[in-house]
Amino acid sequence: MESTKSIVIFIGIMTGLVAVGLTAMRQSTNPIAKKNEDVFNKRAILSSVKDYLEKPLADYSDDEVLNIFESDVKQYALDMNGNVLSEDPGIADEIDMAKESKKPEGERILPLYVYNSDAGTFYILSVRGRGLWDAIWGTVALKEDLVTVAGASFDHAGETPGLGAEIKDNPVFAAQFSDKKIFDYNGEYKAVIVRKGGARNPVYEVDGISGATVTADGVTEMLQRGMKYYEAYLSPLRGDAKSDVKG
Amino acid sequence: MADIVVDQEEKVVKPAPVEEKEPLFGAKERKLIVDPLNDNNPVTVQVLGICSALAVTSLVVPSVVMSIAVVFVCTFSSLITSILRNYIPKSVRLIAQLIIIATLVTIVELALRAINFPIYRQLAVYIGLIITNCIVMGRLEAFAMANKPWRSMVDGFGNGLGYGAILIIVAVIRELFGKGSLMGIPIIGQSNDQVSYIINTHPDTGISWLSWYANNNLMVLPAAAMFVIGVLIWVQRAYNRKLIDIS
Repeated sequence: MESTKSIVIFIGIMTGLVAVGLTAMRQSTNPIAKKNEDVFNKRAILSSVKDYLEKPLADYSDDEVLNIFESDVKQYALDMNGNVLSEDPGIADEIDMAKESKKPEGERILPLYVYNSDAGTFYILSVRGRGLWDAIWGTVALKEDLVTVAGASFDHAGETPGLGAEIKDNPVFAAQFSDKKIFDYNGEYKAVIVRKGGARNPVYEVDGISGATVTADGVTEMLQRGMKYYEAYLSPLRGDAKSDVKG
Repeated sequence: MADIVVDQEEKVVKPAPVEEKEPLFGAKERKLIVDPLNDNNPVTVQVLGICSALAVTSLVVPSVVMSIAVVFVCTFSSLITSILRNYIPKSVRLIAQLIIIATLVTIVELALRAINFPIYRQLAVYIGLIITNCIVMGRLEAFAMANKPWRSMVDGFGNGLGYGAILIIVAVIRELFGKGSLMGIPIIGQSNDQVSYIINTHPDTGISWLSWYANNNLMVLPAAAMFVIGVLIWVQRAYNRKLIDIS
């Protein structure tokens, strides 16, 4: 039989070698992985304005995506009272929505992306909420009038494939959000409502997903609450544009 | 006379090295690769690795990536374990094997994060779970601890391949009948503004006599993987008589 000492030495050497090797590998791949993650997040943001891009989003190379953000996107950090805390480039990228959602409501910081393209100016809001199993999040782009939705994209941590995960996987679901209004014809704030059994009001409602009621309700709650956070900043910019809404 | 003696000597000497030296890839190695594909398949015969087979097989691309990852981990963990088999203290052999597997899995994870971030996001949890995949550890315990490095490596490769083959078959069936696509390319379904299928079954714009066809959402759900694997086991046993009464 082996002595305890030799066993401890064997395992010690083995673990030490592995630890050094893996740390070295992680350090060397980290810059690439960081860039990949950055591009991944930026693609998700651009996906909410994909109808207004020059070509399909998938045809943009990673560098083109970064270029758009460098030249055409202004980033803001807002507080809950509508004040601009910072306009530094890249400031909105640094805001971690998961951490913000754990803070008390009044202290949260909101990221805002303003995309100036040939097709107009888009205000891209970030929202985060809860689905059935875990967190869901998304980005919603508003057109220049700050009333009409240009598009939306969603992602999730662990919704059921084929049911709740359809908010991300099924392009038809996200496409429904285009050209919805976030106010009803009385000027009352509605955000966009995901309606089980089919949209009743075509102005501000979209069809739910059968079998995914909880996730769909989560999306509704996330939008109503999350987009409202931006109202303190957006409503002075909007003026009384909402009175034009016909529904 | 002298010539004859030399000949006889050569004849006597020759058979000895031939018996010791086996071909690099002989009948035994062949059997180690072919066996796990059919007669001794880790998924359909030994019913191991079912958890990840249920989880990742709703789409073909993640299944292919998962298969490659398992083949890599299985092959090299067998090789390394076999090289170290005479040095690993018997009382901590499971810990040592686990360190080897976990190291390789972490390498796969880091590599995937740098190479293809979207797939890494999709698979992240399940890549980590390769560590607990019974196929890998089962082969280390049953084969690599008792056999020479080359043969162990072939055995690990064969078993990884057997697992991957089932994974990809299940994924092809599930993606085609669940989403109507293969590797993300839309094949069959009702075209709309967002997706246009090669075989369009929309009653107005496509093949009208096929308009009864709808993609079966059940196939996307994890439960469908159970049915598909069950049917695969049934089909395999129907033609492979050797498997009857094995378990």
